[in-house]
Amino acid sequence: MKARFTFGLAAVLSISGLVGAVVADSHVDPAIAGAIKARQAQMTLYAFNLGTLGAMARGNAPYDAEAATAAATNLQALTGLNASALWPAGSDSESVDGTRALPALWQNFPDVIEKAQATKAAADAMVTAAGTDLAALQGAMGALGGACGDCHKAYRLPDE
Amino acid sequence: MRIHRWLIFFALVGIAVYWVVTRPTRVDAAAIAGLEEDVARGETVFYAAGCASCHADETAQGEAKLQLGGGQHFPSDFGTFTAPNISPSTEHGIGSWTREQFVTAVTQGVSPEGQHYYPAFPYTTYTRMELADAVALYGFMKTLPAVETPSQPHQVSFPFDIRRNLGGWKFLFMSDDWVLDGDLTPEQERGRYLVEAMGHCAECHTPRNALGGMQMASWMGGAPNPAGRGSFPNITPGKLTWSEGDIAAYLESGFTPEFDSAGGHMALVVENTAQLAPEDRAAIAAYLKAIPPVDG
Repeated sequence: MKARFTFGLAAVLSISGLVGAVVADSHVDPAIAGAIKARQAQMTLYAFNLGTLGAMARGNAPYDAEAATAAATNLQALTGLNASALWPAGSDSESVDGTRALPALWQNFPDVIEKAQATKAAADAMVTAAGTDLAALQGAMGALGGACGDCHKAYRLPDE
Repeated sequence: MRIHRWLIFFALVGIAVYWVVTRPTRVDAAAIAGLEEDVARGETVFYAAGCASCHADETAQGEAKLQLGGGQHFPSDFGTFTAPNISPSTEHGIGSWTREQFVTAVTQGVSPEGQHYYPAFPYTTYTRMELADAVALYGFMKTLPAVETPSQPHQVSFPFDIRRNLGGWKFLFMSDDWVLDGDLTPEQERGRYLVEAMGHCAECHTPRNALGGMQMASWMGGAPNPAGRGSFPNITPGKLTWSEGDIAAYLESGFTPEFDSAGGHMALVVENTAQLAPEDRAAIAAYLKAIPPVDG
């Protein structure tokens, strides 16, 4: 049932994505622009909290269990957001400016959801690791970076 | 009558020059005969040279990254190239190749049948590789799993489909001289070797001319993405202001100093550089800081 819903959703999104690509022009729909801005803000929050953990992992900041746990808990909350409204059809890099999200993202929704779940699992693991000790934090960093990279590898343009 | 004779003469000279210039070269069998197929050394070469980034499935993870069945497509102005199967399959891969054939392919860009490869295969980089590293890589590649998937043909149209012409391209654009010359520290030299003889960073990060040759004055100065939208960034000191530590950390974790993460093909590159020794990532960073800045 859930799979069928996801498939149906993906089909609708990809068809309307095609329509969006055809009618795209220099004028960006404010709703689309808003969604792009919102999802980029979510990414910025990821980066900010990862920065706290990364600075400790790389020895650029002293290990602080409380600060690390706070950052990891934020990441966990971010991965738990319902982000479906942030990725409307027609908000891909072929349809509008200002985004590097490839149309392939809309064509592979089941895979995107799987990758999002992997990110959530990595963030969950980081909550435990961040409060344990520096070695655990460093160990959990790789999986988190890998989860970010997996989605960016498949669904993001190289650069602007 | 006399003019005709001269025309024939020049035509013959032209054909002779073409024949000499475009002739596929081979590695000297004697030069590699005594070298050891050191598998551990070959593994380092494998990751430094980034073989799996193109020859494994783009979505492969873990052990599957060692299945080099090919199939990734590389669109360009000259057509779409498809990475071939280079697994040890004797039927579809390179399992039956001799050491000499392998080293010739990697360092000269010439197939066992004596045909030029398209430079989508970065032999213009690998031609600077020490023969001992190429032989070690041969040893390592034989340890990988065979993949029984046939290689797909490239989609290249006239005149780029005439392989012999690639000899002329090589004459113009292939050189085993170092790009970064002058006095270097041992670390910078190691970095130069990793970048200019193995990692082939310049393949994407250096702009190309109309014939697809690299514009050496803009070495690593950034370039448009031949596959379509987007571009590869300028990674010279003219633009890349990260510290050496930042660069090395990026090549290990994929995280930029702002904790954005590597995407696209660069994420595949980081999967390889993460396998290198920390000193080698630091050496690449030292090299990138030593190359001439390109304004960006």
